[in-house]
Amino acid sequence: MLSQENRLSFFLSFASLLGVLLIWQFSTLPQASRSPYGIPDGNAEYQRLMGRSAVASTVRSDFPTPGAFARNAIEVLHAPFHNNGPNDRGIGWQLGASLLRVMIGYGLATLVAVPLGFVFGLQPVIQKALNPFVQILRPISPLAWMPIALYTIRDAELCAIFVIFICSLWPILLNTAFGVASIRREWLNVIRTLEVRWPQRLFFVLLPAAAPTILTGMRIGLGVAWLAIVAAEMLVGSSGIGYFVWNQWNNLSLSNVILAVLLIGLAGMALDAALAFVQRSVRYAE
Amino acid sequence: MQNSPALSPTFAEPHDADALVQVSGIGKRYRPDGPPVFSGVSFDIRPGEFVCLIGHSGCGKSSILNILSGLEQPSEGGVIMDGREITGPGLDRGVVFQGHALLPWLTALQNVTFAVRARHRHMPRHEIREKAEHYLAMVGLEAAMHKKPAELSGGMRQRVGIARAFCTQPRVLLMDEPFGALDALTRGMIQEELLKICAQTQQTVFMITHDVDEAIFLADRVLLMSNGPDARLAEDAYNPLPRSRTRETMHHEDGFYTFRNHLVDFLVRRSALAQKAATG
Ligand SMILES: Nc1ncnc2c1ncn2[C@@H]1O[C@H](COP(=O)(O)OP(=O)(O)OP(=O)(O)O)[C@@H](O)[C@H]1O
Ligand SMILES: [Mg+2]
Repeated sequence: MLSQENRLSFFLSFASLLGVLLIWQFSTLPQASRSPYGIPDGNAEYQRLMGRSAVASTVRSDFPTPGAFARNAIEVLHAPFHNNGPNDRGIGWQLGASLLRVMIGYGLATLVAVPLGFVFGLQPVIQKALNPFVQILRPISPLAWMPIALYTIRDAELCAIFVIFICSLWPILLNTAFGVASIRREWLNVIRTLEVRWPQRLFFVLLPAAAPTILTGMRIGLGVAWLAIVAAEMLVGSSGIGYFVWNQWNNLSLSNVILAVLLIGLAGMALDAALAFVQRSVRYAE
Repeated sequence: MQNSPALSPTFAEPHDADALVQVSGIGKRYRPDGPPVFSGVSFDIRPGEFVCLIGHSGCGKSSILNILSGLEQPSEGGVIMDGREITGPGLDRGVVFQGHALLPWLTALQNVTFAVRARHRHMPRHEIREKAEHYLAMVGLEAAMHKKPAELSGGMRQRVGIARAFCTQPRVLLMDEPFGALDALTRGMIQEELLKICAQTQQTVFMITHDVDEAIFLADRVLLMSNGPDARLAEDAYNPLPRSRTRETMHHEDGFYTFRNHLVDFLVRRSALAQKAATG
């Protein structure tokens, strides 16, 4: 049973989608092209004089109509994983390539940032000593690393992974450090009075206590990584969804560009939803 | 160790030979420039004894308990337990914290199991669980074992905290206002349970409280602290009531009102006088 409120919000969602589609449809309707010389384009004789056919007097916009987009999308998504060499790969294949890069770079970032965050959170001295560097490195756009990475690493694939790594590292590190540092003193006192040994302290108390904050950092990190991978692949890629977008733009295939942009959004949403699910499972009420 | 003889005539005596815990002239100073929170605090806790510490808010009761638990170090003096100086927290002292301090991501049973496992590292899994269940049943929580702390009432949480402290079978149980946040009814119920369990297990207890009646009901001995800053242990009063007392009949016992008036009078009037005398 849908509640009144749910029904209303569902209706509004649907209405806004319809609105967008209508605006799209109307703004891509065929329209009379305007001559830069102020002569009505509709003048067929003039057009013929200018060596153009009269048929071309009403030019179609380059931007696809919703219908054309849908037809193209169905066609493209029909074989999303086809692979006919580097210049002709399916959109699913490209998306997969991007996801794989993100998983590797982001996975490495998590493996480094979470333990380091624990050190920061448990040892305020180390946190204090290293914090200035973190604060300088953190606001650097991942793309600014690109030239340095390209020069030192020299491998485009590793470069993209490095960019993912470096941009998702900071939010995870800082959130983990914060989460560990703000573990309630009471709980630490409990494990001290119970003489709990270090591995147990770590895995049964510190980790679960800080887990919700760590996952907040991991969600931010994954979001940043997904933003960065598209840009990075536009610059250096020979595969990946960012490369695909750029390639289709060069082919002037706006339908494919729109499709790719939509898929980027959907994939980003799915990634965040997966982590949100994990976060819900480790959340606790005090 | 400088104790004003007018304040604490008994403390000049040497410690009891059979004392389990010997507190000798401890003091605590959080800031080097200001006065200490308290100083020159000495007392003994004998095995099986139930000792209550009463004093006004801020006089340093929690600090004393934290020093006994080993979570904090005294600025002066020391605490000896079983012939060894206390230098850090340990399983021989169970602590019931002022806030319940349960781990919120674990159920009541898991909280207690965690403590049992800390105490008995090599015990088989099912025995650990049985033991945890036994202690939860002892505080009347069989039905709520699988609930998380957030799903329990304040009284139930506090009882889980007590079960967790008991299940490690500590030599001394240290309790910091364990019933402070509870309503009078729940409080009375848990007090009775606690007294029953302590009598059964011969548990040695050191407990902090604000409540005079709670102290009279539970304690064999009541320690009274003067007001801070630089608070002192002003009196060490033995409870004249028989150990068979119950909460309902306690006030019919001979000497109940004399003892109660003595304690209340201390808190209302003499705690401040004692401070004046101490600071001079
Ligand atoms: N970690 C600390 N750092 C600085 N000062 C502290 C610290 N802990 C306690 N104090 C001070 O020591 C004094 C005694 O604190 P304590 O918590 O021992 O009081 P208490 O008698 O338990 O009070 P209450 O009955 O309100 O719990 C207070 O004035 C408090 O401000
Ligand atoms: Mg206190």
